[in-house]
Amino acid sequence: MSANLVVPTMAEMMAQGKQPDVLFWVGCSGSFDDRAKKITKAFVKLLNQANVSFAVLGTEESCTGDPAKRAGNEFLFQMQAMTNIEVMNAYEIKKIVTACPHCFNTIKNEYPELGGKYEVVHHTEFLKSLLDEGRLTIEGGKFKGKRITFHDPCYLGRANNVYEAPRDLIQKLDAELVEMKRSKKNGLCCGAGGAQMFKEPEKGDKDINVERTEDALETQPDIIAAGCPFCNTMLTDGIKFKEKEGSIKVMDVAELIANAQDL
Amino acid sequence: MSYLDNILFAVLLVLGGGYFAGNVKKLIRNIKLGQDVNRTDNPSERWKNMAMIALGQSKMVRRPVAGFLHILVYLGFIIINIEVLEIVIDGLFGTHRVFSFMGGFYSFLIASFEVLALLVIVAVVTFWMRRNVVRLKRFVHGDLNGWPRNDANYILYFETVLMCLFLFMNAADLHLQTLGAPGYESIGSSAFPISQNIAPMFNGMSESLVHLLEKGTWWLHIAGILVFLNYLYFSKHLHILLAFPNTYFANLKPQGQFDNLESVTNEVKLMMDPNADPFAAPAPDADAVHTKFGASDVQDLNWVQLLNAYTCTECGRCTSSCPANQTGKKLSPRKIMMDTRDRLEEVGRNIDSNKGVFVPDGKSLLNDYITPEELWACTSCNACVEECPVNISPLSIIMDMRRYLVMEQSAAPTELNAMMTNIENNGAPWQYNQMDRLNWKDEQ
Ligand code: SF4
Ligand code: SF4
Repeated sequence: MSANLVVPTMAEMMAQGKQPDVLFWVGCSGSFDDRAKKITKAFVKLLNQANVSFAVLGTEESCTGDPAKRAGNEFLFQMQAMTNIEVMNAYEIKKIVTACPHCFNTIKNEYPELGGKYEVVHHTEFLKSLLDEGRLTIEGGKFKGKRITFHDPCYLGRANNVYEAPRDLIQKLDAELVEMKRSKKNGLCCGAGGAQMFKEPEKGDKDINVERTEDALETQPDIIAAGCPFCNTMLTDGIKFKEKEGSIKVMDVAELIANAQDL
Repeated sequence: MSYLDNILFAVLLVLGGGYFAGNVKKLIRNIKLGQDVNRTDNPSERWKNMAMIALGQSKMVRRPVAGFLHILVYLGFIIINIEVLEIVIDGLFGTHRVFSFMGGFYSFLIASFEVLALLVIVAVVTFWMRRNVVRLKRFVHGDLNGWPRNDANYILYFETVLMCLFLFMNAADLHLQTLGAPGYESIGSSAFPISQNIAPMFNGMSESLVHLLEKGTWWLHIAGILVFLNYLYFSKHLHILLAFPNTYFANLKPQGQFDNLESVTNEVKLMMDPNADPFAAPAPDADAVHTKFGASDVQDLNWVQLLNAYTCTECGRCTSSCPANQTGKKLSPRKIMMDTRDRLEEVGRNIDSNKGVFVPDGKSLLNDYITPEELWACTSCNACVEECPVNISPLSIIMDMRRYLVMEQSAAPTELNAMMTNIENNGAPWQYNQMDRLNWKDEQ
């Protein structure tokens, strides 16, 4: 199936004298993490289906510097940021879409001061706009009537006030969207942010992802939806910890939509 | 001779006001120990925030019970200030109920003060129960051991006593009015819906005793208010004043946007500029003193962060919503704020006792108050910032201190060092080759 994926790079586009409408920023997780790669592919399938003119940076992409910045290494962050900005400005990028809220936040909010000014959207917002423009249709298919709960990624929700786009998409699946007791502004972190993903947590009674998984389980969902590859990992681990991986799936919103249509 | 009262009152007022002004000056000086940061942009948005959040209490009601009760106490505080104005005029000029010429409206005002006073007492008692009987988790938390816990209760006792004095004073006044005592013209019992139920206790007392009680409670009431005013500086209750500037100067940017350190930007630009001569001596004016990266002590924080520390009400909403705290880690964003204030006060006292200059005391906010373990437990999720009813950001302090640990001391946890090395070498936090970035495209 992956043979069908059409993923042009900016370099190839430029060689053909073409400028895509939007750059798909894949991110480290989406590029290298086995679970997150599936999200990347699902999103590309949707882009292909909607005939979106896009490209990726491919080997020219580098870490946004988000984990370095949140860990306190401002030097490394700014080195990364300026390198990326140089590359993107050379390609005259105007609009960026990404499936990672951390990349989204950093490029959207922290790059402009360093010379990188782009319109940045999260993939759920982008899919929603494709839907509104009628370029993408969403059918419930196998998710009809399923209980789906959405976990708000901190860097998408509280950090940037994107709450509705992912929910609108889930509702289009004719699924039953059930809210956790802590959601939207009051959402609870999955435990991965602020560079925590890359280290063992400090000593405590419990891991944060387990606490969050318990919130999700209380809604008795069939599926836990996420919009962030890191949240996805944390919640998947939480589900395994609770030995529920047989009955409950953790899926990205893009995967839900792509799967509903058997893409 | 009859002016003795008025003079005594004026002296009390000057002493109370003067001591308070002195402490406010110290407060401002301490806040100014912080680094400069520009928070004067977008004034309309800032006024709106202040009106909504400090004046309108919009974030308080997110926890409805506490929010509603808090609004009662807050309204009581604001409205009873009108009464205080009358007390001050009466005290200075020897008048009695100088505003009573307003007639029916005056009766209405006094009546509404009384109702509010009763509601305040109800609210305060409930608050006390929540802390001491129900023992809500965020109030029994170890952060509050010692002074903070007592402080919270003292405030509640203070408010109860002040409200009781107010009602008692009115009751005595009403009794004297019904007796037709000279100087106590009747304004009608409709002005005293609450205290008229207390007034009967004076039946049978001699008029001069009731008169004495009326005067006595009047004096205690105003003296109590002055003492309470001066108590503010030493208490979390300072928030009743600082909530206003604090919400005005609060961060307006998206919560996820962390500042880009300018000093770093300059160095990075120089490093990346192919035309820069790496061996050139730095320009003589550049960084005569090495700017510290990040914060290890209060002077390295900016003044808004220090203002935040003085404004914190120690309500613990931040801590109770913090994922790290909820899962038993050492981090408590409330403690970060309390530690910052404690250290700032210590630095302030140091300056006071050393003729206006800070003499290094071998201590710092980092390590002596806040440990790296606390700092590293934060997921930067912004839940604490979202929760804070007065727009404080504990996260900004945590981040500045992490910056110090990493950039000045290279003291990040090992795994984070590995992550950073990977980013430096491979452009990804994991050990993958940048050349493999697009491999997913062809994988099954
Ligand atoms: S940002 Fe840090 S301190 Fe604040 S709630 Fe989240 S983990 Fe806790
Ligand atoms: S920082 Fe805000 S939420 Fe936290 S204790 Fe202080 S006032 Fe309450």
